[in-house]
Amino acid sequence: MRGLLLVLMLLGSPAWAVQPDEILSDPVLEERARDLSKGLRCLVCRNESIDESNASLARDLRILLRERLVAGDTDAEAVDFIVDRYGEYVLLNPPASGSTWLLWGAGPLMLLLAGGVGLGYLRGRSKATGADQTPLSADEQARLDDILGR
Amino acid sequence: MAGCGDAPYTSPMITELGHFALILAFGVAIVQTVVPMVGAYKRWPGWMAVAEPAAGAQFALTAFAFGALMWAFITSDFSLRLVVLNSHSMKPMLYKISGTWGNHEGSMLLWVLIVALFGAMAAWFGGNLPQTLRARVLGVQAAIGVAFFAFILFTSNPFTRLATPPFDGQDLNPLLQDPGLAFHPPFLYLGYVGLSMAFSFAVAALIEGRIDAAWGRWVRPWTLAAWIFLTIGIALGSWWAYYELGWGGFWFWDPVENASFMPWLLAAALLHSAIVVEKRESLKSWTILLAILAFGFSLIGTFIVRSGLLTSVHAFANDPERGVFILAIMAFFMGGALVLFAMRASALEAKGVFSMVSRESAILVNNVLLAVSCFVVFIGTMWPLLAEMFFDRKLSVGPPFFDAAFTPFMVVLGLILPIGSAMPWKRAQIARAIKPLRYVFVLALAVGGLAFAMQSGRSLLGPVGLFLGAWIVMGTIVDLLGRTGRGGGRLRRLARLPRADWGKMVAHAGLGVTMAGVAGITAWQMDDIRAVQLGESFDVGKYTVQLDDVQQVQGPNYISTTGYVTLFQDGTEIAKLEPEKRFYPVAQMPTTEAAISYNLARDVYVVIGDEQDNGGWVVRTYIKPMTNWIWIGCALMALGGLLSLSDRRFRVAAGAAKSDRTVPAE
Repeated sequence: MRGLLLVLMLLGSPAWAVQPDEILSDPVLEERARDLSKGLRCLVCRNESIDESNASLARDLRILLRERLVAGDTDAEAVDFIVDRYGEYVLLNPPASGSTWLLWGAGPLMLLLAGGVGLGYLRGRSKATGADQTPLSADEQARLDDILGR
Repeated sequence: MAGCGDAPYTSPMITELGHFALILAFGVAIVQTVVPMVGAYKRWPGWMAVAEPAAGAQFALTAFAFGALMWAFITSDFSLRLVVLNSHSMKPMLYKISGTWGNHEGSMLLWVLIVALFGAMAAWFGGNLPQTLRARVLGVQAAIGVAFFAFILFTSNPFTRLATPPFDGQDLNPLLQDPGLAFHPPFLYLGYVGLSMAFSFAVAALIEGRIDAAWGRWVRPWTLAAWIFLTIGIALGSWWAYYELGWGGFWFWDPVENASFMPWLLAAALLHSAIVVEKRESLKSWTILLAILAFGFSLIGTFIVRSGLLTSVHAFANDPERGVFILAIMAFFMGGALVLFAMRASALEAKGVFSMVSRESAILVNNVLLAVSCFVVFIGTMWPLLAEMFFDRKLSVGPPFFDAAFTPFMVVLGLILPIGSAMPWKRAQIARAIKPLRYVFVLALAVGGLAFAMQSGRSLLGPVGLFLGAWIVMGTIVDLLGRTGRGGGRLRRLARLPRADWGKMVAHAGLGVTMAGVAGITAWQMDDIRAVQLGESFDVGKYTVQLDDVQQVQGPNYISTTGYVTLFQDGTEIAKLEPEKRFYPVAQMPTTEAAISYNLARDVYVVIGDEQDNGGWVVRTYIKPMTNWIWIGCALMALGGLLSLSDRRFRVAAGAAKSDRTVPAE
């Protein structure tokens, strides 16, 4: 029984993230590869970069990326090479181009809007007079008197 | 391990009773929605009074139904479809219990149980609320219950039976068989659903057409409680991801994580703005809107997690019924509340007058930053969907986007926090607020500068994080000390400060500690990946890692490949670590169990990988500086919330109707 389980275990066992045999001997190149692969999506996983992923497709992409770097590609060329083949879906960091400007601009625009509205409100509050206090209703006055022991 | 290997023990009766109790609770919730609402409209005390016993009954019935389901899990009743799909007779008892909510149907039952629990608590502790407001609050709360009871009964019934029960179950996802994750969902749900109370109060107040200081004081404890639970729930989930997923990440900006983070951000904004309503009768309509949106984001979170829409568009298409149902619930409650808001908000006049520089304006800036950062998370989470729908672009939005777009808001928030919290109400002078903080600012700069000088790279992230952490922690301590006045007896006065002041200090300091921790681990972590022969050792940073042995070990419902690792520092042994790789045969799933040597300065995180062809093993070693600061900070934030919650004025507000105490000045 245990032998059978062991076999199952070995079958079920995936490759775990970056493997020692993938690592480049040049530490500078390897560092670049690690940095770049943190920004590339594993296509068959949920929101994982190929640097973290255990999937075999991620391993293929890591090896491909390293091959490009060894071949002398710049960071941008290596990433473009992969984007050309797998589409911009692989980029975890969507480039600010075309409609994606909306995504990047959403926060700052909202901040301007909210800041403007907030400033307007503050101005109103600082100019308002304190005279617009609504008087207590009869019920409230009675309860207040009761509480104060009057 | 009771019942291990026994024949499945079935108890049909209690399951049917649980199912029946759930249907009854649905009926009671309908009554609790309609009768008190009509009563409040017509001013009929008898009808309004229905709300309290109904809330109690609804809670008791739902609790019974939940208990019955839990009993089915504990006794491994494999005549229930849900138990078959998510449990196994060999599973440890803790995970049989947590299996009750470790699945869609059970977790929705937990959801509605908490809705009913909060409703019942509002009924029991809300004795001093005006009668009509209380009836309306309980009515709205019950309406939320009705929607989710219907969702459970019509699309996700946990009590569905199987005609031919199998001999054993299919086991719970092994990743979820972990103490950290066993209690993560209940806390998160207490937080999500706790915001339903703030929502109910907001809608009830809009129907009443008035919001005053008392409303602010009633709504704040509920928001605070919800925020505390969310903080604990998120921290537990993050901690679990850190040690369980095998590479020591603590936050992935995953849609499901964002779903819990967005309500947390809005709840944080809400519990600040409710102070302004309570103390200064201003920011009323904004606070109401925040209360509506905070619960709205809880619903969005439930929708995201439950529909699977963002995980994969296909998962949604395969089972659209549930997603559409929750979408309808969301549209009804958000649409209804926002229309009501649009009609009534103009009637909510602000009363307090304050200058451009004041505690009020500082809280407004806090709210703008928190709300906008929540919006950024929202847009980033939804963008892949929006881009595909409107621009026909299939793209991903991952951690690099969120890190870049979200972090600046937090940096600004951290920068202004100590100054804002030192400002007095109504009218403040920046110079006077900054004056006591100037030494602290210089000291914090020095801390950041020291970090910059000591690190090997030129990155600003770590130093800025440490600066912010030091600035917030020290600034908030100076602020607290400043409240004790001058002269002798300061220590005694310090001890006698209101708990709300202590809570504020501890929670703010917690935020600073978390910020420093996040920056530290992100900026300075190191990793090492290599194949190691048995007995071989290697250096990572200033540590030496030695792989002594690797063995197969049999666990209760898994088999483990355990590595035996000794960790040395400067030639001295500092820890024995046992990283594991587990295989769960029933679920056919492997998991990694990292072995971590914890301390305040750093974690050493060791993971064992696959056996190599030449007999060695893959060993991954990560040095993670300041990781524990993240969770210590979260614990401080939760503790600060608890301190504030236990402040006398909330107990007064929640308890005795004859409250006569004035609010302690802040």
